[in-house]
Amino acid sequence: MNSVSSGALGLEVRQLRVVYDGFTAVDYASFCVAPGESFGIVGESGSGKSTVLRAICGLAPKASGTVQLVGGSSGEASAAQPTPGSKAFSRRVQMVFQDPYGSLHPRQTVDSLLAEPLAIHGIADAETRIERALNEVGLGQGFRFRYPHQLSGGQRQRIAIARALILEPQILLLDEPTSALDASVQAEILNLLEELRRLRNLTFIMVSHDLAVVTHLCERLLVMQRGHSVELLAAADLAARRVSQPYTLSLMQAASGFRRGQ
Amino acid sequence: MSSAASPLLIVEDMRVAFPSRDGGLREAVRGVSFTLGRERLGLVGESGSGKSQTGRAILGLSAPESRVSARRLEFSGIDLLNCPPKQRRTLRGARMAMVLQDPKFSLNPVMTIGAQIVETLRAHRRVSSKEAKAQALAALESVRIDDPARVFKLYPHEVSGGMGQRAMIAMMLIAEPDLLIADEPTSALDVTVQLQVLSILDALVKERGMGLMLVSHDLRLVSTFCDRILVMYAGRIVEELAAGGLADARHPYTRGLMACLPQLGASTHPLATLERQPEWAL
Repeated sequence: MNSVSSGALGLEVRQLRVVYDGFTAVDYASFCVAPGESFGIVGESGSGKSTVLRAICGLAPKASGTVQLVGGSSGEASAAQPTPGSKAFSRRVQMVFQDPYGSLHPRQTVDSLLAEPLAIHGIADAETRIERALNEVGLGQGFRFRYPHQLSGGQRQRIAIARALILEPQILLLDEPTSALDASVQAEILNLLEELRRLRNLTFIMVSHDLAVVTHLCERLLVMQRGHSVELLAAADLAARRVSQPYTLSLMQAASGFRRGQ
Repeated sequence: MSSAASPLLIVEDMRVAFPSRDGGLREAVRGVSFTLGRERLGLVGESGSGKSQTGRAILGLSAPESRVSARRLEFSGIDLLNCPPKQRRTLRGARMAMVLQDPKFSLNPVMTIGAQIVETLRAHRRVSSKEAKAQALAALESVRIDDPARVFKLYPHEVSGGMGQRAMIAMMLIAEPDLLIADEPTSALDVTVQLQVLSILDALVKERGMGLMLVSHDLRLVSTFCDRILVMYAGRIVEELAAGGLADARHPYTRGLMACLPQLGASTHPLATLERQPEWAL
């Protein structure tokens, strides 16, 4: 395995298609995420937004299309970058799942949850890495030997983030990282993610149904509907309501709340 | 908006306590008082604030080990705490009903949607099966389901979340209750579907003069929908707000909750976080 470079990595998805039993979940999605960028994917249930993330890290079968890492300060050619599904790829690309109640093993302590990725990748300094990971997500050592049921939702999501970060990946895939959390806890997690991104020069790809959350964290975003890409736009454009597609506009109106006499 | 004469529901100093492991009692709801007329009342709070327990206690659906007490708990003149359990059962479903959060878990997975609605109706009214079916179809139509006859025959896993929630509402409304408690009725739904479901509830309040209590964690959504909002924190009501009066919120908790939501078009980095003060929970 070549050494993990410290520079940020980007990701290019080209003509990605995911088909389940004749049902097309993602229909030719293409986008490019620059190194260090934060990219959002927005859509309603069934739009294929989560499937795109899962296809990137090999959890969903690709019918066609390519996922390719790009960039890196070492100037590696694209062809030399690890391919999705390989161990080297997962060392660089890690995922945080939506539901912190479902994504942590209930019979494992925080310590063993965090030690597992290190063991898989044969990393020796587990002790110091676990300590550092816990500190980084703002939990401290007191949480190290607790079980998931002894933690609140926000604390669990912090553990899930620590587990993703413990391999020091360059790209973090975030699948609705705050939708299962209370508003006040959501703010804490969003701040933590931003802080970590700045410190570690991370690239984010975040999926969410909440336009405000995505525009807060991301610079550019892709709007998806029923597996199709509707619109690719800058977060600033969305915030200023400069959108061209009616679907994006209807999402924006829905996000502003209920209107009497609808 | 609310009929000043006699409120539909009067709650005074209601408490819900659960036995804790050390043998004592822990109060999840600590002295809640409010009245509800024929209006839309929002009950907002974060997890653990006691909002759902309040709704459940009114219906009498609290867990068996819990202790519910109140100085007064009255529903259209009936003392709910001291009436016989049989009377409470007749009220529940017929005159007061509840819509739960997730249709995936709250509908019976092995019964068709139509059969479930018919069962609800026949539990409360003596009607022929033909009449019951006709009413069930009408109920499905009233929640804006395009093809009621088709949905009637489907099982819950065959419909989408929004459709399931509408079927749930149709089921709860078939006995024409006076009071509907909706516990996070739209949290499992997409934003656009959320608004459709809310507008159905809105029309029901307007057309039938039903009282609606909407329990939710979503301050922003509730403030655009309800006539009045009660904000709960640690088992107490900390603030009451008028519709659209979110900007005038006084309590630091409500204001903090507002501030920590990311806003479309306003960039605040980092987001404000809520500093919980111990005195709020006193």
